[in-house]
Formats: sequence, C-alpha cells, structure tokens
Amino acid sequence: MMKDSSAAPVISARDLSLTFQTGDGPVHALKDVTLDIAKGEFVSFIGPSGCGKTTFLRVIADLEHPTSGSITVNGMSPDAARRARAYGYVFQAADLYPWRTIAGNIKLPLEIMGYSATEQNSRVEKVLELVELSGFARKFPWQLSGGMQQRASIARALAFDADILLMDEPFGALDEIVRDRLNEQLLELWARTEKTIGFVTHSIPEAVYLSTKIVVMSPRPGRITDIIDSPLPRIRPLDIRDSPEFIAIAHRVRDGLRAGHLDD
Amino acid sequence: MRNLVPVLAVSAALIAIWYAAVIPMNQQWAQDQARRAGQDLSFIALVTDTMSQQRPRLPAPHQVAAELWNSTVVEELTGRRGIVNTGSLSNRSLVYHGWVTLSATLLGFAIGSVLGISLAIGIVHNRAMDASIMPWAIASQTIPILAIAPMIIVVLNAVGITGLVPKAIISTYLSFFPVVVGMVKGLRAPDHMQLDLMKTYYASGPQVLLKLRLPSSMPYLFTSLKVAIAAALVGAIVAELPTGAVAGLGARLLSGSYYGQTVQIWSALFAAAILAASMVALISILQRVTLKRMGMAA
Repeated sequence: MMKDSSAAPVISARDLSLTFQTGDGPVHALKDVTLDIAKGEFVSFIGPSGCGKTTFLRVIADLEHPTSGSITVNGMSPDAARRARAYGYVFQAADLYPWRTIAGNIKLPLEIMGYSATEQNSRVEKVLELVELSGFARKFPWQLSGGMQQRASIARALAFDADILLMDEPFGALDEIVRDRLNEQLLELWARTEKTIGFVTHSIPEAVYLSTKIVVMSPRPGRITDIIDSPLPRIRPLDIRDSPEFIAIAHRVRDGLRAGHLDD
Repeated sequence: MRNLVPVLAVSAALIAIWYAAVIPMNQQWAQDQARRAGQDLSFIALVTDTMSQQRPRLPAPHQVAAELWNSTVVEELTGRRGIVNTGSLSNRSLVYHGWVTLSATLLGFAIGSVLGISLAIGIVHNRAMDASIMPWAIASQTIPILAIAPMIIVVLNAVGITGLVPKAIISTYLSFFPVVVGMVKGLRAPDHMQLDLMKTYYASGPQVLLKLRLPSSMPYLFTSLKVAIAAALVGAIVAELPTGAVAGLGARLLSGSYYGQTVQIWSALFAAAILAASMVALISILQRVTLKRMGMAA
C-alpha cells in the first residue's frame, strides 16, 4: 500500500487516531490512519461526510490534535510546522475579509508574517497573475463572483513561501462549469509552483482528474479504505476524463466508497 | 430623503394629539378664572385661553417652540447678558445650559467608550475577566442612577473633585455598559473559519485583535456608541438634579419645577432631546463614512 519514495515524505502519518468526546458519546473521527505523502504529490481525500477527510487535513494543519498515533509535517510536529508557516490553507468558503480589497486580503498573511511593504506588493502582483486575477487588486470581495473569490483565497494561501497547500473542498459551493475551469487552473498552478497539495473533495471526477494519489475514506470510524496511485500523466487536458484509464480509476474509487458503506 | 415623509407624518400626528390634549389639561384653570370674573366662557375663548396660559399644566407646542427660540437665539443676540452684548454666553440661555451639560456628556462618553472597549477586549481575551466582569457590569446598571448619583458627587466632593468631572463620571457610569455589551459581541463576531485562518498564519493575539476582531466589531461599535451617547446625556442631566447645580439642562429642569415654569421644563426637555438626536445623527454619519471606507456599507 505504501509507495517507496526516494526523498523523505512531506507528510507522514502512523496509526493516527482522533476521537471527539461528544454528548452522545465518543465519535471516532479518525482510526489508525497511516499515510505518506511525498513532495510534489497532489493527494485527494474523498469519502462521504463524517469519514474524517477534513479532520485529517485539520490534523496536518495543527487545527485538531490526534488522540493517538504520530504525524510529521516536513519532518516536524504539526505545531512546529504551523509555527514555521509550512502550509497555506484554503477553506470551504473563500472567507475573504469584506473590509479589505483583494490585494489587502492577500497581504493579510504577509503583514502577519512581517514581510516588507515592497515585498508585499510584488508578491500580491505575482500571485494575482498566477490565479488570473490581475487587475482586480483594488476590488472589494463582494464585487467578485464566487469563483473569483475562491481564486483570490487560493492566491492568499500561495502568497507566502509554504510548499504545502491544504484545500478543504474549495470548489464545493461552485457550479460545475466554474469548477471545471478552476480544476484546470489548479493543475496549471500546481505544475508551475511544484507544491505538495492535499485536497478534500466529495466529487469523484474532481478527485480523479486532479490527483496523483487518491485516498478513499469511509466513516464510523473514519478510516482509509483504499489508496490509489493514479497512472494518468501529470499534464491532463479536461477531455482525459473520457479516457478508459480515467474511467477505470473512477470505477475503483466508487468501489472503494461502496465498500466503506457496506461495513455499516 | 425617502424617510422624510413618514417621519413628518408621525411628527404631525404627535403634534395634533398634543394640541388636542392641551385643551382638557388646561381648561380647569381657564374656567376657574372665568367663574371668578363672572364671565361665561365660549368654546373659542376657552381654546384660545388654554393655548396661551402663563403656567399651563401642559404648554402648547407653539409655546414651547417660542420659549426655545427666545431662550436661545433671541437671548444670545439681543439679551442684556447675551453673547452679542457681553462676549460670553448668557446664563439665562439654553445654549449656555446646553453646553454645560454637553461638555460633561462628551467627557463622560469619551471615558465610557474607552472604558467599555477596554473591558470588552479584556473579557474576550481573558477567561477570568469574562467570568467576573460581566455580572458586575450588569449589576451596576440595575442600581437606580438617581440613587447613586448624589453619592458619587458627595464622595468626590469630599476628596476635592468638583465641577465637570463628577457629572462626567455619572455619564461614564451609564455609557460604558452598552459599549461593553456591544463590543463583546462585536469582538466575538468572527466565525471559527476566520479564527482558524489566523491560526494557520500563526498570528499572535494582538494581531488577531487588530486585523480581525476590531474590524469585525465596527458595526457593533457604532450601534452601541449611539446608545451610549444618549445614556451619557441622561447621566449628565441626572447628575445636575440632586446637587443643586446652577447650570446645565438638569438645573433648568429643576428650577422650572420649583417655580412651576412648565414652559421652561418642556423647552429644556426639548433642548435635551434635540441635543441627543444631533449627537446620535453625528455618530450615524461617522458610521456611514467609516463603513463605506471599509467597503462594508450596507
């Protein structure tokens, strides 16, 4: 199941479990999750609600703390990695600050991390170009469409030098046409920046189209049921989704999801 | 301007009700006078009389308006002690008394706002303050201000603090509370996602406060400032009542009631209302400008 990688993995989880104590008793959000993510990989986490895919991403980001097991990010604890600003996080909603312009929103992490004003401006320009939003720097978020807002929030996560990008269903609220376009852009962006991306989704085509590795998860307890290393090439036109290889992987993902449900 | 028509309609209705009430309220005195003079009072004569008594139970709107005009513009421009003749405000004018009250109000409001915002920041950041301050703040507002105002003034007098400051402190006492309540809510307005985002940047507490909590709280701040400034004015007026103050709108109210000068009381009341309305309007303008500049105009 585990692929040998020449370099040390960027993210490495061993027997990771996380149990939430709730009023209705313990909820096993993650159980014995073991996973390695190598540098430059695009890893999707897919599964029904409650399978722990978002929780796993939040554990990597040090927003949740595992109850047992171990995890390293860039060879450090998640806490140390967060202090080192090792990752950019893109949430489900774009969540731009309404009182800041697009440029102002992208500057937010840069201000917090203490970049100089000139450095801030050049970085804003660079990432806006990267997400194809040049010319929108001075607009306020409400003046942009939902898809553009989400691109701005990706730009915000790219603005500082984190080589890991964690994305929690970033396109979940967008319609299919916008989503296709953003998926294409995201692949281009990944190729240009060579970042390691962790991507949570519950769309099978999205997961198969984007990923070099697909992690299929199932709920109660949240666990990994299948890890698929995609044979698709790194350069992927949209119509690759009609190829037999693509359909075969999608089939395997669907089987994995179904198997998870049969356990109920 | 769209709001003007309903506002004017309501005002007109209130004035009509007021005029209608003037006749029954004042007719007793008019009829007594007529009986004593052995005259029969026609309805027209009755109405005219109730509208123009020297010391009516309920003065008519135009009497109050005339008194307001005379004790401000006319007094200052032509009065013996007015600003035109003496270079300083007349102590018989509502401008002078209004200013005395306003200065205490503004000082109290300023202290109250700063205190309220500081307490709110403390409450949001410190669990012990969260648990301890709020109940006391609420309890402080359940004590009738009329009961505590003389105490504060007597105590401060004893330690040599007189004049503006004791009144301002009573204004503070009333005005910090809405600011605390509004700002605690405002500073807690950011949702989990926004706070998580700051956490992923490893932002410090002061950075979260400055870049997220304070900007998020702006709409709440202005709303509570409007309540606070009106409360501050009430505080300043109440502070003038029990202390035998010789200047201020409160003093005018008190001397009016001593001498049965209902017209004077009503005009002082209206002066206070106009003052409060102008201050609230000023904050509204400030709010609109600020939120517009922040791109949050709604």
